[in-house]
Amino acid sequence: MRSRWLLLLLLAAIVVLALVPLGLQRYGTYILTLWLVTAVAALGVNLIVGYAGQETLAQAAFLGIGAYTTALLTQAGVPFGFAFLVSGLASFAVGLVIGFPALRVQKHYLAFVTLAFSVFVWLVFRNEEWLTGGVMGIMGIKRPVLAGISLRPALHFYWFVLAISTVLTFAMWWLLRSPWGRAFTALRENPIRAESLGIDVRRYTLLAFAIGSAYGGFAGSLYAPLVEFIDPAPFALGPSFLFLLMVVVGGAGSFFGPFIGAAVAVLLPEWLRFAQSYYLIIYALLVIVLMAFCPSGIAGLAARLASRLRKAPVPADAKPGRANLGAAAKPEARA
Amino acid sequence: MADFLQLVIAGVATGAIYALAAIGFTLLWQTSQTINFAQGEFVMLPAFFALVGMKTLGLPVSVSALLAITLAMLLLGVVFKKAIVDPLIRQGVIPLVISTIAVGLLLKEGIKEVYSAEAQPFPTLLPDRIIEIVGVRISLAQLGVLAVAVATIVALQWFLAGTRTGRQMQATAQNPTVARILGVPVERMVLYTFLINAALAAIASILISPIYLVKFSNGEILGLTAFVAAIVGGFNQVRGAIAGGLLVGVIDNLAAAYVSASYRQAVPLALLVLVILFRPQGLLGRREERTV
Repeated sequence: MRSRWLLLLLLAAIVVLALVPLGLQRYGTYILTLWLVTAVAALGVNLIVGYAGQETLAQAAFLGIGAYTTALLTQAGVPFGFAFLVSGLASFAVGLVIGFPALRVQKHYLAFVTLAFSVFVWLVFRNEEWLTGGVMGIMGIKRPVLAGISLRPALHFYWFVLAISTVLTFAMWWLLRSPWGRAFTALRENPIRAESLGIDVRRYTLLAFAIGSAYGGFAGSLYAPLVEFIDPAPFALGPSFLFLLMVVVGGAGSFFGPFIGAAVAVLLPEWLRFAQSYYLIIYALLVIVLMAFCPSGIAGLAARLASRLRKAPVPADAKPGRANLGAAAKPEARA
Repeated sequence: MADFLQLVIAGVATGAIYALAAIGFTLLWQTSQTINFAQGEFVMLPAFFALVGMKTLGLPVSVSALLAITLAMLLLGVVFKKAIVDPLIRQGVIPLVISTIAVGLLLKEGIKEVYSAEAQPFPTLLPDRIIEIVGVRISLAQLGVLAVAVATIVALQWFLAGTRTGRQMQATAQNPTVARILGVPVERMVLYTFLINAALAAIASILISPIYLVKFSNGEILGLTAFVAAIVGGFNQVRGAIAGGLLVGVIDNLAAAYVSASYRQAVPLALLVLVILFRPQGLLGRREERTV
């Protein structure tokens, strides 16, 4: 019942989102596209953090892998569709390779390994000038042509990104509702019991990390033609930290959390132009206050307010973030 | 050979500073399960306190250094524990980890806005003069850094192992429940850990600043190095953090000279990955026993 309503809501949201930029200038459309791209990467972080209970500090690096892969392949004449798939697959494969050793060990090690990986990837982007152009980056990345229609105009490209984000969002939706995704619910509620029921905790966590990273790669593949110029800066460690904060602010473990978080990170600074450089300071304070009073993020806060208005008890799945974060705080079954 | 020795000595000097930051990181983890992702910023900040002391208030270097350590203990020790860690540990480990990331961001952006985005020079404790000992040329400033760092570590080890309070702190780290039953004031011991971490970070800050210059973004690389040192040495051992710090310092320096200056940062990271693959408990660490 509930999920059918959510589905309807989702479809309505897509229609609204498709129409919104008709009333916007070119720059507004660009920012909206950037929000979608950021949200796709944040969806991946949410899978890793909110559902698998791990910490990733490398989403910007995966974004970079996707962006550079797409930029280099399309400049070599490869069609965008193929470059897009390769970007996601490359991130998936790299995710498996770095996730495997980290998840063998105990909690938090994935955070440390991804931290190291972030710095390493950034060094490669910066130093391998023959491939990546070093600090000068890659310029003139072309937007693709779809069935004879050029996606060069901001609005066309926005609709293209909206379509792809919708597909990726539904893929994530399906994933979380499949038996495979249900295992996550078991994992985050009680990892020890899940394991005794035959769920291979390590394999599921590893796959979640790889798929989440692949979403980073897909987002990067859209990011490169969106900005049409890439350099190493947006793929450094700092932006990876911001991705993690964004998902937690939106609501880790809540399906729409990443969209809210990405809006706070991408759209809010545009409205808060007057605050300018103080934005990150305000943002950091907001994160601390949210964590102290409502660790399930803005999505959890909204659910709490909604249930208070209805004077009804909070529905079981309206506060998954808290349940998840609580479960993640418990020591893991295996060391 | 003399070149090699010079590089090793310079590496040991910076490594001893990394060790200070890594020890604090390890201590916090042991006593309060706080993974402090702001540790790098904790090492970045106190140098700015000292700069304010020297430039704005016109105090001598030594007084400014003491001022920096005191302010750090107050802000990064007491305030950090009372305002951030205590309210957040109740929400679980992940919200706390996220908050330390936010604290790091806050300190970094705050300094950039309030003080300056430019790198500031910082005076050395001893003059930067080269002296020659049996054919090896060593900078006096490096020897000064090494002396202070070693003295700090020895004092800390003596405090932890040789005093009643220190042993109470160790008991708190190993088993807070039993420690409480045995009459150890656990809460106060945890507070002491935060104070010690802040003091270590401040000393590291003052020692590293003449080398790195004082800049708001220094925390990124310092924090990363402290993590690598702590994990490579053994997450749950103070002596592991010391060994890890020294090792990373030496490897870092040798890598810059012999491997490639543009990839020097990658070499300690490669070491980290190797340790996680083959000896996840760290070089000197012991395996953590876990009960269900």
